Amino acid sequence: MTIQSLATAAYLVAALLFILSLAGLSKHESGKRGIWFGIVGMAIALIATIALALDGGVHGAMTTIGIVLMVVALAVGAVIGVWRARVVEMTGMPELIALLHSFVGLAAVLVAWSGFVMVEAKGAAQTEIAPEMLGIHHAEVIIGLFIGAVTFTGSIVAYLKLAAKIDSKPMMLPGKNAINIGALVLFLVLTVWFVITPDLWILITATVLALLLGWHLVASIGGGDMPVVVSMLNSYSGWAAAAAGFLLNNNLLIITGALVGSSGAYLSYIMCVAMNRSFISVIAGGFGIEAPSSGSDAEQGEHQEVTAEEVADMLANASSVVITPGYGMAVAQAQYPVAEITRILRERGVNVRFGIHPVAGRLPGHMNVLLAEARVPYDIVLEMDEINDDLSDTDVVLVIGANDTVNPAAEDDPTSPIAGMPVLKVWEAGQVIVFKRSMAAGYAGVQNPLFFRSNSAMLFGDARERVEDILKAL
Amino acid sequence: MQIAVPAETRHGETRVAATPATVVQLAKLGYEVLVEAGAGGPSSFPDQAYIDAGAVIGSREQAWGAPIVLHVNAPDEAQVALLQPGSVLISMMAPAQSPDLLAALAARGVTALAMEAVPRISRAQSLDVLSSMANIAGYRAVIEAANAFGRFFTGQVTAAGKVPPAKVLVAGAGVAGLAAIGTAGSLGAIVRATDPRPEVADQVRSMGGEYLAIESPEAEVSATGYAKEMGDDYKAREAQLYAEQAKDVDIVITTALIPGRPAPRLLTAEMVASMKPGSVIVDLAAASGGNVEGSVADEVVITPNGVTIIGYTDLPGRLPAQASQLYSTNLVNLLKLLTPGKDGQLVLDWDDVVQRSVTVARDGEVTWPPPAVEVSAAPKAQPATAAAVVEKAPADPRRRYALVALAGAALLLLTAAAPAQLTSNITVFVLAIVIGFYVIGNVHHALHTPLMSITNAISGIIVVGALLQIGTGDSIVTAMAFVAVLVASINIFGGFAVTRRMLEMFRR
Repeated sequence: MTIQSLATAAYLVAALLFILSLAGLSKHESGKRGIWFGIVGMAIALIATIALALDGGVHGAMTTIGIVLMVVALAVGAVIGVWRARVVEMTGMPELIALLHSFVGLAAVLVAWSGFVMVEAKGAAQTEIAPEMLGIHHAEVIIGLFIGAVTFTGSIVAYLKLAAKIDSKPMMLPGKNAINIGALVLFLVLTVWFVITPDLWILITATVLALLLGWHLVASIGGGDMPVVVSMLNSYSGWAAAAAGFLLNNNLLIITGALVGSSGAYLSYIMCVAMNRSFISVIAGGFGIEAPSSGSDAEQGEHQEVTAEEVADMLANASSVVITPGYGMAVAQAQYPVAEITRILRERGVNVRFGIHPVAGRLPGHMNVLLAEARVPYDIVLEMDEINDDLSDTDVVLVIGANDTVNPAAEDDPTSPIAGMPVLKVWEAGQVIVFKRSMAAGYAGVQNPLFFRSNSAMLFGDARERVEDILKAL
Repeated sequence: MQIAVPAETRHGETRVAATPATVVQLAKLGYEVLVEAGAGGPSSFPDQAYIDAGAVIGSREQAWGAPIVLHVNAPDEAQVALLQPGSVLISMMAPAQSPDLLAALAARGVTALAMEAVPRISRAQSLDVLSSMANIAGYRAVIEAANAFGRFFTGQVTAAGKVPPAKVLVAGAGVAGLAAIGTAGSLGAIVRATDPRPEVADQVRSMGGEYLAIESPEAEVSATGYAKEMGDDYKAREAQLYAEQAKDVDIVITTALIPGRPAPRLLTAEMVASMKPGSVIVDLAAASGGNVEGSVADEVVITPNGVTIIGYTDLPGRLPAQASQLYSTNLVNLLKLLTPGKDGQLVLDWDDVVQRSVTVARDGEVTWPPPAVEVSAAPKAQPATAAAVVEKAPADPRRRYALVALAGAALLLLTAAAPAQLTSNITVFVLAIVIGFYVIGNVHHALHTPLMSITNAISGIIVVGALLQIGTGDSIVTAMAFVAVLVASINIFGGFAVTRRMLEMFRR
């Protein structure tokens, strides 16, 4: 039994623990267990790897400076990571996750470059790789580098957009699809070239190309599609890890990367289905190009306004209330007063529930996290499909900072850009109260006929202030 | 133009065709409004309220002589004689049953709009007086039943003993039936409903009722082609259901009406006799013959075994203020349609199906019945979604098979051509993809964010690669690996910590 074989066994255990961890995260009850599986798996993998590195089983004995650097890097990374995780606001979760994805991308790029420096850069003098495997190694380097670089810049742009450091409107370069496809074709050419003659300049070109492609891909996706983008980048970061696994011939990396990659891809797919959007077109930044519906501005009509006191009155007299939050609630940090209203109404025997559209917010499950933070019990937070049939029996619906996800045009108007997207049918309820800053259109740029329905009324102003007014009146 | 609202003269009528609130809306459309003195009295709208709303009070002759007359009931002969040629009369007039009235109105040169003739399309729902009156009738039917019923509707457990909830059977789940289901349910009764149309089952449930299906082996019978047999068979099963229910329930509300035909007989005298003493039946179809044997229009009958059968035909009028409000709002909505300029000029657009349908007499001619409207009676907005769904329907399955085959072939070639080491890597890779897919399959929607952050933490496993490279002695490699370890470990520790933080928050 050598360190090498022990490490391999440890990797297998770690991989199994990761699978159990992801499975555990499927349910609230097993969620905490899932995290511990993940943490233990990661610890086993790290210990085995460090033992392997110290033993010098792969690349020869480790230098002292290497050991010191390794410990320093791990310690600094751990401190920074835990600190960021502690202080982040729950509304800032999307940004943090996007940023973390970029780290994986960056690490993958560096690992690929190291692979190049250790093997290809030495030319015929290298001893790491058997000569017949060299071609495959070349391919693995450039592919791993490409995926990592796309993930890196893509995540950075997603981070900047989510943190509102750059405009979240989709960037519209002429012929953007041609740019994307052209970049892919060029990359294929470079790969073949690199496999034949592994020159430094080809790798540099490929790196720059991939960085630019990642930037362009995400920059041309609008803010409304961000949940899908973040989940897609999550998937990419997994593929990047898997590519590194091929490069280093490390099964743990391959298994883990493939797990993350395929689960992330499936999650993105679920989101796309929820938006009735083609997966491909979201990835390629296709949404937002469609011309807005011509007639949408024409027939508007008049909206009605209500005051917070009137809303409080309606809520007090209702027997069933559904709250459908959107990104606006997150922006205004209104989840705390909303949770407080929920608590008061539930104490009075009102059946209060939340209806969450799958793409509400800027991250899959964003609203759930915010409501959980404000201590709303999770079993009254329901998914769109669970609540849609009950909306017709509901007395009052509060639409807080949501727009496109409650737009009846998705069902009624086949010319609408969001036609066919499943939406929360709030208009079937007895009375709909829409919290909104002004009469502006939502992310999709579509006017919302809901506002002009006879059973809806608008409550203008900052969502948090208005909800607090209602709270006072209650 | 002037709109006039004469008082209703039919015996027992309590409604009025305009309320002070709708007078204001009519004025916004550019009309002057004249109300006959005392017209709103039975609905608790005094003349002063109309004056305050901007109307003028006038005499009967002034009212009927106006260019536009709004009314609830069909006019009698004397009232027709008061109408000016060229004027417009808007009221209910049962056009199918009263050809003589239509002929008289046409002969008088009056343009007559019959509110019952509004087509049942979604655009015209706001004008549909039959629905709004049926809604009131359904509500009032329950109230009348509760009034005659000697017990609570709701079940209670009191110090003086347990009270079982009343059981209510609603026959026919149209607008009136659904309103009755909702009202009886909110009083606390157990509500059941029957209807020959199975598609209303969901609507019944949505109002809190239980749908009793009449089980008919239609498929079998229709296969033999005995259509009439099927009808009889259905009726027999229906009768059996009602006979069973009659013994069990305390209240029966029947709302089965077929327009222009005698009401179907649902409960026979035998079934009524089998009901418990003190039970109440409200027959909303009493005016057209009754669903219940023994019901008498406009009367309350008590059978020898103590069952009360209420046959009121004026149920909407028993909530006069409510009925007037809804009816007059329907009229305002029609006038909005007829006054596109909001300038008080009534314009009849002959190409508009709604306007064409309600017009039963014009230019001296009877224009009833209207040409058939494409009333795709399907519920509103369904076509749009259906079309979108069809578009999205799975593409050609052959294409999918072809794709799968192509991917399989590519994988086969790649694996077969690869050296042994790569083969094992690919095997692991492909299997892990499949596992990832299935592991995520049933994830709860609320956990998407924690799931993403934990997968993110796990993808920090790339640190393993960097750790293996860090000690190789080559300074460039070491530097790069150092940075890689650093960022990847931020990812690992940050990812796990933030996931834990999130999961801690989820509580039941």
